[in-house]
Amino acid sequence: MNIMIVGVGGQGTLLASRILGRVAIKAGFDVKISEVHGMSQRGGSVTTYVKYGDKVYSPIIDKGEADIILAFEMLEALRAVPFLKIGGKMIANTQEINPMPVITGAAKYPADIEKKISKKLNLQAVDALALAKQAGTIKAVNVVLIGLLAKSTDVAKQIWLETIRETVPEKFVDLNLKAFELGYNI
Amino acid sequence: MKKLMLGNEAVARGAYEAGVTVVSSYPGTPSTEITENIVKYDNIYVEWAPNEKVAAEVAVGAATGGARAMSCMKHVGLNVMADPVFTISYRGINGGLVFCVADDPGMHSSQNEQDSRHYAEAAKILMLEPSDSGECRDFTKLAYELSEKYDTPVFLRLHTRVSHSQSLVEELEPVDYRLKDYEKNPGKNVMTPANAIRAHVRVEERMAKLSELANTTDVNRIEDNGSKIGVITSGISYMYSKEALGDSVNYLKLGMVYPLPKKLIKDFAAKCDKVYVIEELDPFIENFCRQIGVDVIGKDVFTLLGEYTPAMIKKQVLGVDPVENIVMDEDAPVRPPVMCAGCPHRGTYYVLKKLGLNVFGDIGCYTLGANAPLSAMDTNLCMGAAIGEAHGIGKARGNDFAKTAVSVIGDSTFIHSGITGLINMVYNKSINTVLILDNSITGMTGHQDNPTTGYTIRKEPTKQVNLITLCKGIGVDSISVVDPFDVKGLTKTLKEETAKEEPSVIIVQRPCALLPEMRKTYSGHCVITDKCRKCKMCMQLGCPAISVDGGTVKIDTTQCNGCGLCENVCPFGAIEKED
Repeated sequence: MNIMIVGVGGQGTLLASRILGRVAIKAGFDVKISEVHGMSQRGGSVTTYVKYGDKVYSPIIDKGEADIILAFEMLEALRAVPFLKIGGKMIANTQEINPMPVITGAAKYPADIEKKISKKLNLQAVDALALAKQAGTIKAVNVVLIGLLAKSTDVAKQIWLETIRETVPEKFVDLNLKAFELGYNI
Repeated sequence: MKKLMLGNEAVARGAYEAGVTVVSSYPGTPSTEITENIVKYDNIYVEWAPNEKVAAEVAVGAATGGARAMSCMKHVGLNVMADPVFTISYRGINGGLVFCVADDPGMHSSQNEQDSRHYAEAAKILMLEPSDSGECRDFTKLAYELSEKYDTPVFLRLHTRVSHSQSLVEELEPVDYRLKDYEKNPGKNVMTPANAIRAHVRVEERMAKLSELANTTDVNRIEDNGSKIGVITSGISYMYSKEALGDSVNYLKLGMVYPLPKKLIKDFAAKCDKVYVIEELDPFIENFCRQIGVDVIGKDVFTLLGEYTPAMIKKQVLGVDPVENIVMDEDAPVRPPVMCAGCPHRGTYYVLKKLGLNVFGDIGCYTLGANAPLSAMDTNLCMGAAIGEAHGIGKARGNDFAKTAVSVIGDSTFIHSGITGLINMVYNKSINTVLILDNSITGMTGHQDNPTTGYTIRKEPTKQVNLITLCKGIGVDSISVVDPFDVKGLTKTLKEETAKEEPSVIIVQRPCALLPEMRKTYSGHCVITDKCRKCKMCMQLGCPAISVDGGTVKIDTTQCNGCGLCENVCPFGAIEKED
């Protein structure tokens, strides 16, 4: 299983991939996660790969090879499309964050991304930010998305819940479980 | 139970299991988390050194004193530590000594993609290269055994995709390593020419033995799949090759990348009709194969640039096209990294641009000041270069130009290697102005303490370098301290200081907005009120939270941290803070 998580630096994609990785181990798989640190984390496009199966060699995912793409932001969803396997699924948060070239006027933020992507592939677009607010904080947007993703895998829900309890700081467990459920139950 | 670990975390685990007791490093992506993970082990002394050279010397001292010691850095950090490295190769060690160096093909967070293997050859130092986290742990431990057995420092070569990938590692008990005796031994440890001449003989004898070891060590292994195609590879390229080619070829997987195994390569190649060398960056293994008369296919089909992928390897070796993928009719605009909302550097660059100064930059988050719309930095080169470069251009173009040539350098970078540049500037009578961008932390690599923060890596309070006293001691008479969000104050100070016929230092001081203690001081967010006349002055700040939507300026409240800089630059008082 090849899962690609894309977003904007600072959106919490690293936590999402770490939860996913632990879930895969609990489910008994070999796992590799490739992360992004440093310069490119500073508000730039960030990509994390999570791969699991009987044996995983390369930690990265090539074009056309992701079973699922979890996009935290619409422009990043658009950028990630070529990486999706034909017949794969994309889950995207409808949030739009302007990149600097758009802010400076050097480029335009593409219009109707959701519609354009939907024409090409199986897209589930969700306002995860609103659900995160409902859970108590916009910071939980990553766990809302993990909830959505969980529904698209064949790993038991219990394993996801257990992993979230173990991964997030104790005082935020309830909030994150709520965020997970909101995503899972869409 | 096996645990998921970053490659870097696994190196730290390996150091712990090997009985390492002293680690000294300078942060640098992608190597930083090795040292950060060492902090987990209470019995290891660990520190951030001011730079890689000092770090290496600390590790050398500890190893000479009988401890197992380590120093970790990124590839360009190895340039800084090269001086002690070349000679410790001659001296040899007492306790095991390992230098971890992380290369960054593709330059995810670097200014070049140099290949560290050349250093192993040039300094005649054994180099191991792991392919995943399990090997990171195992090779670290092996490195200490070999270091002591062959009386040599050892390089552990890492790679962004190994350092920053997580894979499974089983935790083992640490070995019982006891501090070895320290005995004075000037014949071995004082590198006068007479001693060094004898040491060089020992180095060449050692290299001969290590070259033999390369043929027999377990970490260089052949996977014979009965194919007529052979692949010689190492590190992450081995993983890419396995993914791409599976069991359809034979492999010679090299865990020791210097010295290379002459006999093993010849024997491997003899059984194949065609041999590929798959290695990112330079043709290091390939050139060796050619030297020993083995004909291989390498850089004639594989690029010298950036990272490889399994698809690329499959195409070149098996002639199989990459899988089909969905193509969008529209390109997505790029999203380059930016200074965070609330970043203190934004105020500095806003003013520097307004004043039209020639800005000589350095390495850190503030390198992003070169990007639009701030576009306020002319150059950067390497750690500490900002000051030397500005001094040099002032000498070339005269004092009128020197008054427009300022250096910007972060607090950590200034301590790393900016101090000597400033001494040079004062000593050799420059009149340039140096801005020390003091954000109270080493920012880009993820908030490491440094000698100006007053805390050690373990967050123990310690002596804090006083930048004012330091600069005074160097001989700078004109020193000021300004808040970069005080746009008027910084403008005035810069105008005054650059006009002076003497060197000046401006300490531009405001902590990184992402520091936990700073997060507490910011609250709410800014909003644009109806007083806005759409002059777009605030847009010049290049704040990711401010954008124009259909002609109207708006602030994204999910990104804004309420720092208030935009409030300071708005000429119409149209930006206000809200809770």
